[in-house]
Amino acid sequence: MRGQSRKESLSDSRDLDGSYDQLTGHPPGPTKKALKQRFLKLLPCCGPQALPSVSENSVEDEFELSTVCHRPEGLEQLQEQTKFTRKELQVLYRGFKNECPSGIVNEENFKQIYSQFFPQGDSSTYATFLFNAFDTNHDGSVSFEDFVAGLSVILRGTIDDRLNWAFNLYDLNKDGCITKEEMLDIMKSIYDMMGKYTYPALREEAPREHVESFFQKMDRNKDGVVTVEEFIESCQKDENIMRSMQLFDNVI
Amino acid sequence: MAAGVAAWLPFARAAAIGWMPVANCPMPLAPADKNKRQDELIVLNVSGRRFQTWRTTLERYPDTLLGSTEKEFFFNEDTKEYFFDRDPEVFRCVLNFYRTGKLHYPRYECISAYDDELAFYGILPEIIGDCCYEEYKDRKRENAERLMDDNDSENNQESMPSLSFRQTMWRAFENPHTSTLALVFYYVTGFFIAVSVITNVVETVPCGTVPGSKELPCGERYSVAFFCLDTACVMIFTVEYLLRLFAAPSRYRFIRSVMSIIDVVAIMPYYIGLVMTNNEDVSGAFVTLRVFRVFRIFKFSRHSQGLRILGYTLKSCASELGFLLFSLTMAIIIFATVMFYAEKGSSASKFTSIPASFWYTIVTMTTLGYGDMVPKTIAGKIFGSICSLSGVLVIALPVPVIVSNFSRIYHQNQRADKRRAQKKARLARIRVAKTGSSNAYLHSKRNGLLNEALELMGTPEEEHMGKTASLIESQHHHLLHCLEKTTGLSYLVDDPLLSVRTSTIKNHEFIDEQMFEQNCMESSMQNYPSTRSPSLSSHPGLTTTCCSRRSKKTTHLPNSNLPATRLRSMQELSTIHIQGSEQPSLTTSRSSLNLKADDGLRPNCKTSQITTAIISIPTPPALTPEGESRPPPASPGPNTNIPSIASNVVKVSAL
Repeated sequence: MRGQSRKESLSDSRDLDGSYDQLTGHPPGPTKKALKQRFLKLLPCCGPQALPSVSENSVEDEFELSTVCHRPEGLEQLQEQTKFTRKELQVLYRGFKNECPSGIVNEENFKQIYSQFFPQGDSSTYATFLFNAFDTNHDGSVSFEDFVAGLSVILRGTIDDRLNWAFNLYDLNKDGCITKEEMLDIMKSIYDMMGKYTYPALREEAPREHVESFFQKMDRNKDGVVTVEEFIESCQKDENIMRSMQLFDNVI
Repeated sequence: MAAGVAAWLPFARAAAIGWMPVANCPMPLAPADKNKRQDELIVLNVSGRRFQTWRTTLERYPDTLLGSTEKEFFFNEDTKEYFFDRDPEVFRCVLNFYRTGKLHYPRYECISAYDDELAFYGILPEIIGDCCYEEYKDRKRENAERLMDDNDSENNQESMPSLSFRQTMWRAFENPHTSTLALVFYYVTGFFIAVSVITNVVETVPCGTVPGSKELPCGERYSVAFFCLDTACVMIFTVEYLLRLFAAPSRYRFIRSVMSIIDVVAIMPYYIGLVMTNNEDVSGAFVTLRVFRVFRIFKFSRHSQGLRILGYTLKSCASELGFLLFSLTMAIIIFATVMFYAEKGSSASKFTSIPASFWYTIVTMTTLGYGDMVPKTIAGKIFGSICSLSGVLVIALPVPVIVSNFSRIYHQNQRADKRRAQKKARLARIRVAKTGSSNAYLHSKRNGLLNEALELMGTPEEEHMGKTASLIESQHHHLLHCLEKTTGLSYLVDDPLLSVRTSTIKNHEFIDEQMFEQNCMESSMQNYPSTRSPSLSSHPGLTTTCCSRRSKKTTHLPNSNLPATRLRSMQELSTIHIQGSEQPSLTTSRSSLNLKADDGLRPNCKTSQITTAIISIPTPPALTPEGESRPPPASPGPNTNIPSIASNVVKVSAL
């Protein structure tokens, strides 16, 4: 019915154990829902129901997502909204469209693309944080406008804009302040990207210690959270940070 | 890192903003983008088809031709594009690789052409995508097998004079067509194998009765005759085995090979029988040993290619055969059990135990149906019918795999044989082409000299006549000429082809011809025991060929394999006489000749530059592999002859 045929080897006995569906290659668990939906559709008594159209791990849903095509706004609007030149926007879009022909990136794709740059470690957590930072309207996907808006701030914005953006990245629940737990999550994700094979070897307490030193530096009033003003102020006082912020001027 | 993702590198670098505020140490400096070019379109012109792509697309793979500075070698300044004189179809795939990161292999493309193109562009074939990789590997394997076949047959047919006796013998054994002796040996052993097998068979036939006793098999009635036959056969086989053992290049490997094991097993029973004829109780064992004599029939596989193919097929289908066996065993056990329990109830049932039911199951599943065991209960009949139906299925499934394997190998063999047969014709054609090109060299030499003559005689408008050779050809000929000068030898060529070409030269040189003839006759009378001079006068039309060239010539290319019978016996001389009437400065000394020729060369750069005079005695020793002992003066010939020709002509030997 679905017209998909996957050639699986005879040696794969998982289908006999019921843990693996020969046709779709997915564990049959989640597709039970799809089967049920199909069965319900067949019954004459049930009218067309509002079946949830977007759900994870369903083949039909994959079909739907892949047929969605998002087109960005025109070049002129983007030029106004961001600080990129026309040519830069063209280059960015070509790269974007190459990896994501449908015009939008979902979290999975995002994580996969980002992980290509860090072959040794596990960059998925940090990629999730990034995704949430780029996805400004929180609709679960990053369109080209979101993408370019974020890049514009980071690469062409003022130092304050950049610091703001970084703060936004750290603030996982977007409540205006960074707690120690949030910072710890961020730190762990950064250390994860390094992978297991480092010199000196990664110690268990390293992220926590790092967080402590960060808070010591940033938290002026020692209230356990870092607000955006404290953050920007502390960063402006730090030479290293200011200099590193200028690295982004020449990325594109 | 995949290609397309390279475009996301700016994003990844931008995302590093999250690390900056938490970093404890200062960041390293960013690499400066020295040639910060805007991304530009570059045009790739491949044999006229223009492809355009961004520069950054190509730079994704910097270790390939297009991604590195190597492509600058192909940049055409006039048209501002990169020109590649290659196949545009394959280039399409190559460019798609840069674009998408996946290399595909088009099915219609020839595998070696594709490999060549990939090698040219510096792309490893290993990165072919999964979708096309299997096809690529299959085709590559087929091609490799074909090449191996060709190489094998080449090696077999090379005449290596330096083979030792042992190696010749081994080759004779492996390939009976190499010599008559090998063929004889081949047929003799074949005959004796047949005799031996037939003897074994006839031995057991009952041969009529001796009155007073029961019917005897022939073996016992004529035991002496059969014994003699057997002895003879075994002797032949033993001798053959020992000879093979002696000749084998690797005796250890030979002993382990299948054929040698068959040989040993075939002759062992006889020797064992010789050793222990007298012992009664082991004679029973000896009788069973005789069964092994039937293995002699496998010796025929050396004689039959089809048998070898069959054996090879079975070996290569071992897994399918194993599967067949396994599934059959499973089915047999299942059905035997079922039949046993189904038939347990009926009285006087033949299904006494499960192993006893095995026989019924096998007979039914293979649809033999002897009928010695038949189910009587209804349940038994039902299960019996299910058994026979499933038997058909189980057997029918792996058989086509085996059949297709056999077919593939068999056809491969057929193709190999066909190729070997076509090889002779191919080699002959290649030889003709080779001689053709060397003929062209000599022809153009003569042309060049003719040009010289015409110029010397002041007929410049006829110059273009001799410019039949293209620039490349003339450069090639110059190269050959330089080689001649370096070694002091010169090429000889087969005449008939040449004469065809020379007849195309126009007749305005006729003036030369007569003088030329005369001088030729003179010189040939002088120096060479030639009987050919009279023949020249009968061919006035041919301008550049001398009398002596009328005779049979042979090809003496350094690499030629022509048999000794075609070696010329006479020295050949072909001379072109350039009438140097208005150039009295022409002397006969070689050095001045050279000088003159050089002078003449400069204004005549455009024409063939083969103008220096050579009179070389042909057949220099190096060129005749057949080793006719030419007199040593042959090589310093060019120098010695000239003084002897005291005439006012520059004789140039266009060899």
